[in-house]
Amino acid sequence: MLEKALRGSKRYYLWLAILAVLIAVGAAAYTRQLTYGLGLTGMSRDVPWGLYIAQFTFLVGVAASGVMVVIPHYLHNFRAFGRMVILGEFLAVAAVIMAILFVFVDLGQPTRVLNVLLHPTPHSIMFWDICVLGAYLLVNIVIGWAVLGAEKKGFPPPRWTRILTILSIPLAISIHTVTAFLYAGLPGKAYWLSAIMAARFLASAFASGPALLIILSLIIRRFTSFKVTDLAVDALVKIVCYAMIANVFFFLLEVFTSFYSAIPSHQASLRYLFVGLDGSGGLVPLMWVAAVLALAGITLLLVPRLRRNLRLLPVSLVAIFVACWLDKGVGLVLGGFVPNAFGRVTDYLPTANELLIICGVYALGLFILTILYKIVIAVRTTNEEELSKTDS
Amino acid sequence: MSELRRTQKDIKGTYVTKGTVPFVTYVPFMSLERREFIRQGFAAGLLGLGALGSLGALGTLVGCSKVAAPAATAPAATTATAAPAAPAAQRWGLVIDPALLVKTQAFNAVAQACHSHHNVPQISDPKTEVKWIWQDDFAHCFEEMDSAYLPAALRELQFPVLCNHCENPVCVRVCPTQATFKRDDGIVDMDYHRCIGCRFCMTSCPYGARSLNFCDPQPYIAQVDPGYPTRMRGVVEKCNFCVERLAQGLPPHCVEASQGAILYGDLDDPASEVRQALAGSLSIRRRPELGTEPSVYYLLRGAESPTDAPKGGEPHA
Repeated sequence: MLEKALRGSKRYYLWLAILAVLIAVGAAAYTRQLTYGLGLTGMSRDVPWGLYIAQFTFLVGVAASGVMVVIPHYLHNFRAFGRMVILGEFLAVAAVIMAILFVFVDLGQPTRVLNVLLHPTPHSIMFWDICVLGAYLLVNIVIGWAVLGAEKKGFPPPRWTRILTILSIPLAISIHTVTAFLYAGLPGKAYWLSAIMAARFLASAFASGPALLIILSLIIRRFTSFKVTDLAVDALVKIVCYAMIANVFFFLLEVFTSFYSAIPSHQASLRYLFVGLDGSGGLVPLMWVAAVLALAGITLLLVPRLRRNLRLLPVSLVAIFVACWLDKGVGLVLGGFVPNAFGRVTDYLPTANELLIICGVYALGLFILTILYKIVIAVRTTNEEELSKTDS
Repeated sequence: MSELRRTQKDIKGTYVTKGTVPFVTYVPFMSLERREFIRQGFAAGLLGLGALGSLGALGTLVGCSKVAAPAATAPAATTATAAPAAPAAQRWGLVIDPALLVKTQAFNAVAQACHSHHNVPQISDPKTEVKWIWQDDFAHCFEEMDSAYLPAALRELQFPVLCNHCENPVCVRVCPTQATFKRDDGIVDMDYHRCIGCRFCMTSCPYGARSLNFCDPQPYIAQVDPGYPTRMRGVVEKCNFCVERLAQGLPPHCVEASQGAILYGDLDDPASEVRQALAGSLSIRRRPELGTEPSVYYLLRGAESPTDAPKGGEPHA
């Protein structure tokens, strides 16, 4: 089926070329980091995890979100999502690959990465995270490929794909739960030490991931003959809306506990993020942008008239997506490191080299996603053309 | 399991001693790992335990520590005979008298001894510096005990801070490769050759005791001490309680340089010097509420009072 990705329009090739250039630039930047060390990033002794791990955390959420299409379709027989399921699964594939790559570029000694498998350590959450991420990646590739291959040949998908798909549901929940556990079990990091962390992660994932999936579906609908129905879009938009409401609600629960209890260590990170702490507040504008976007996005999606406005819809979804990204792909990880073990504030500012590597990884993910979606669209459109031929 | 780990270390060569001379001597970097690997093989062969060693490694690989354990105890015994002077302990601990350290003005010597003998690079940028032991004041070391009306003497007192060698070390719990591990004697040690540099340990340590080599440390080492291996970029490091010294029956560098202000010994032995010191004075530990059970204690032997008078008895003013 890969041959389907080789034939495309000029616009398709131009898009891939742009991504290839970005990947090359990212790779060059990574070579620099590899030879010099992580000193080329903005990370420090006090902020040992920066945007790389934050992107990893965010993308695991995007990957988990495919399940919001799979559950209605497979468990509740909501057939309108039929065409979207494979888009969700392939989005998950691209997102998991990016997530794993972000962990890889973050390693100080990447050549030793297989030590994680050579010395399996069940008491380390990172070990479990790698297990569930690997399994989820594999399951999604296998399902997507098998279902699409059957479709190409005009057969219904084999029965075992259904079993695997059902299995992918708890796996999707587990990848984000385990990722939350990386943070939620650390004594002395008050901002992360919260029982609601995994729930908050999932809520944010089920808002940001499907939001991205709808945006991608709308783009595909606009530029190709592959049409996702309005019914499917509207149903998924509702999921995004309620997941985002849950996400904001969970966040407000954190705010209440921290500030009503008035325990300084539980307030410090939130203060740092939203008003600044000890004169440091680089993230303050970003966090308020996130807050405004979150509320604006929810309002636009909650009012039925605004939600059904297809011109406004992409704006609302981008607002939700960016809000989630700022919350989890920036604030959550960086805020947790403030203050440090001595009550001091150390700021983190990513370097240009670090940002280029991040761009490179995202470009690689988009490249993979483009190829996968191209194959899906090619298979579907060819089939439909043949169907219409036989009809007439 | 940790017994096995410890003895694997011994085979590796880092702590194996031959007489009083450290078995591993400094080799210019790049060739260090290979050289050490050859030595490791040599050491294992010399002890006639090569086969047993690989059997043990196989046991670890399949997660069957029971198979590995007997193979591992043999080199442990051999090491013990190689360094007969090495004292054993159930749980090594440090007791620091910060006021005495200020009086003797020995802290700089302490840090110097620790950092120079362990080849800790001297990087001036606080964001990327590597440090095993340093000082901070009461308000920052013991934030939760801070108050506006502390005696000035205590407020101004500097406390040496280092790895706490916790009884329940979070860093060991989170490390995905067991590069950080707890030995049977309570010391939290590291295998710099296994560390993948993920920095989960740095993130999880509630004491900020860990440093990453953000770049190649070699240019920042004034003079390499051949008694301890140097590290390479991308790995984490921290205080190792001078395990290489303990194996030779010597006290840790900080203890030696402190002029009596830092004591070391077995916290599980009521007769030990550290336990005697703890029995005679109020002592505090950093963030004990987290349940990590630090093994580093700070004596407040009258430090809270402006006069030096009260020693031993009721420490509260």
